[in-house]
Amino acid sequence: MTRLNPRLRFDSYVVGSANRLAVTAARAVAESPGAVYNPLFVYAGSGLGKTHLLMAIGHHAIAVNPQLTAEYLTLDEFVESFHAAIAAGQGEAYRRRYSDVGILLVDDVQFLTHRREMQAELFRLTNTMLTSGRQIVLSSDRPPNEIEALDERLIQRFAGGLVIDISAPDYETRVAILRRQAEERKAEFDPSVLEAVASLPIGSVRELIGAFNRLIAYQAVRESPLTSVEARAVLAKTMPVTVRTGAETPAPAPEVIGSIEPEAPVPAPVPSGSGDEFGSFLSEISSAVARQVESWRGRVAEAIVRWQGEDYRTERLQRLLEGESPVDPDAALRDYEEDIERLKQIAAEARELDVAVAGLAVFHDPDRLAEAETELQKAREGLSPPPGPSPIWRLDEFVASSTNKMVTTAAQGILEAPGAHFNPLVIIGPVGVGKTHLLHGMGNALAERPGMVVACLGAEDFVDDLIKAIDRDRVAWWRARYRRITALLLDDVHLLGGKDRTQEELFWLYNLLAEAGNQMIFTSAVPPQELEGVEPRLRTRLEAGLVVELPQPDREVREAIVARILREKAGEAEPELAAYLAARPVETVRALQGLVQRVLDAGEVEDQRPSAGLARQVLEGSPAAPARRTTGNRTSGLLSPTGSLRSREKLVWDWPDIADRLIEEVR
Amino acid sequence: MSLVNFTTREITCKIVYYGPGRSGKTSNLQYIYGRVPESRRGRMVSLATQTDRTLFFDFLPLDLGVISGFTTRFQLYTVPGQVYYNATRKLVLQGADGVVFVADSQARRLEDNIESLQNLQANLLGQGVDVRSFPLVLQYNKQDLPADLILTPPDLDDALNFRGYRSFPGDALRGAGVFETLKGISEMVLKRLAATGSGAA
Repeated sequence: MTRLNPRLRFDSYVVGSANRLAVTAARAVAESPGAVYNPLFVYAGSGLGKTHLLMAIGHHAIAVNPQLTAEYLTLDEFVESFHAAIAAGQGEAYRRRYSDVGILLVDDVQFLTHRREMQAELFRLTNTMLTSGRQIVLSSDRPPNEIEALDERLIQRFAGGLVIDISAPDYETRVAILRRQAEERKAEFDPSVLEAVASLPIGSVRELIGAFNRLIAYQAVRESPLTSVEARAVLAKTMPVTVRTGAETPAPAPEVIGSIEPEAPVPAPVPSGSGDEFGSFLSEISSAVARQVESWRGRVAEAIVRWQGEDYRTERLQRLLEGESPVDPDAALRDYEEDIERLKQIAAEARELDVAVAGLAVFHDPDRLAEAETELQKAREGLSPPPGPSPIWRLDEFVASSTNKMVTTAAQGILEAPGAHFNPLVIIGPVGVGKTHLLHGMGNALAERPGMVVACLGAEDFVDDLIKAIDRDRVAWWRARYRRITALLLDDVHLLGGKDRTQEELFWLYNLLAEAGNQMIFTSAVPPQELEGVEPRLRTRLEAGLVVELPQPDREVREAIVARILREKAGEAEPELAAYLAARPVETVRALQGLVQRVLDAGEVEDQRPSAGLARQVLEGSPAAPARRTTGNRTSGLLSPTGSLRSREKLVWDWPDIADRLIEEVR
Repeated sequence: MSLVNFTTREITCKIVYYGPGRSGKTSNLQYIYGRVPESRRGRMVSLATQTDRTLFFDFLPLDLGVISGFTTRFQLYTVPGQVYYNATRKLVLQGADGVVFVADSQARRLEDNIESLQNLQANLLGQGVDVRSFPLVLQYNKQDLPADLILTPPDLDDALNFRGYRSFPGDALRGAGVFETLKGISEMVLKRLAATGSGAA
């Protein structure tokens, strides 16, 4: 028995892509011996770290459970001690000595070739270890089925646990190994020297460390530090021919079963008929069938290691291993992996929505996929909805007349069956004719319907909202908010000109809402075909909807508006005043509201009831001042009938940082 | 066809012996038939002409018993070698899991071998089979004939085996190489299971 080498532990084992699976399996075995992969069979070419891994398992298992006994021995030691025991007549005593070993580590089992007696002994020992729930770990330079003349029962025993390989380390792992060696040996080399050594075609870790040792020796007798060119030159002189010529470490010979090598002398066919040819054929085919039929266990075990390594629950696969041959192991594996893929998608979306949710255990358990879907749904629903319609605009206050009949009819149709008739509805008209009033009025009416989530906002607010999301890296969250809505009402889409990123998002949102049959209403100062700086794909979609114009208010509308304002502000007013004001030549509702307000203000100042005479004096005595523009070309809905600012929420009080706008412009 | 069926716990392998006329395909099957215990084999069906040439095909079912819980059956077929029976060859080739190409080692039959091998590849391609990954072995039969009449296995490899399949020298009449060939193709067919999963269809 060999003592465990104290230097060969997991923390000195450099893990790379070539050995990650094997190390994960080894750790799992060390942490719960006998419970996960039993036996664990590790195979790899010479010098790739099998012995290191076996000893690391022993150390770690003892560290986890100090009561445990771990025993490491090479196959030669196993054979010698067995022979010695048999010679001394102590065979039974020899067998008993393993009865208190919790974890047995057997190295180099490829030497079992043609040793029938030792194979039988190892088979017996393996069975004893397995039935008493104790761990056995074996290593070899080739997989069990390639060990010549190995008992089929042993092959099956090994296949029943986990057979896993370590391949040659990749470049990055070689650099990491050299760096660790340099650190341990306190040797200082220029990084380029280590990289040059790692880039040599050395396939085994042992050779790599040998090369490194030569460099240390060479460096010790020099005064100046070694350069990468010198290092290559030193190694080229001393390395084996295979490395000097740049040939890779020879791969294991391919499995040859009964074939004739082209160069080999061809044995003359001998008259056959002697021996049990069919029996021998049957025996070999039985082995082959057994290997293939049982190979699903290996595939499942590998999948367990892989997904455990990625922190997923693998109970479903473990249950598979515990049973007999399942109906379709590959389908079971496929289903499991599909569930993992779905979990990954769910977790990714949940992470975007709410970082706190992403860490939930359900996102790592394919058996709880439904729960994971529920958690994702909750995260989606936890989002605050986008801005809704302003309550100050009521649809019943919007005055219908013969001139705006088309708009009001369309609005009525939409309210009766949102998304079914006019989708999208595009309301166009000059500034101040009541587009915003109508839009928000419809928004309020839609929002009263059960289950409706209405987003109703101006284009500039829409842009600002997206910029904030981009700035905080929460675009997915922003999208998720809008994807919840069942109606989108967007005011002043002509202001989206040149906002490419916003247009792109709106385009996708549009498609999503259209596909789901959700209502969209847009307002614009110009017809869709005249929208400047708006992508054709978006423009044509707007054109394809119902485009209706909200005309300038006619006499009928003006009278109704004046009458309502006077009623609200001054109680009952004389009909002559209403008729006079309605007859004034104004183009927009907003200008009309301004006129009425001026007359009301004048009446207040002069302390008299507003009358037609007063109105004439005010309006004809001095020309009306032009309406004050407050925010560039964004005017709709900003002014109240009194001429003052109508609503604080319509104004941008917190201007976004200029840098945010630059992001949008650049995009 | 179904290769390994986990539901019915059956493994069925269909192996077709292909090659030019008179190369020894039927002799292979007859030798196997003679070595298999009666309980393990079904009736060998052989449709031959009066001159003992295969007219349609030979069929030899082998029951290998229950292996690892799976009832394992091999079905061995030969095809008629004559050029004009291509429709029959296509039919027999359908659903094959592996093919043994039995070549006649006589130097004068080299052209026939090449023609038959090309015909095999064309028929496999016609069935949508990727010849590069399909289980196939070569048997160089009649290696017992005088050395000046035959080509050696390396020569035959050079001439026929450009894809590097496994090849076996053989003397089907006396049985040399017959079971080696069958083992070779069976191993390949079974090994393919591991690469393609269960293969149940």
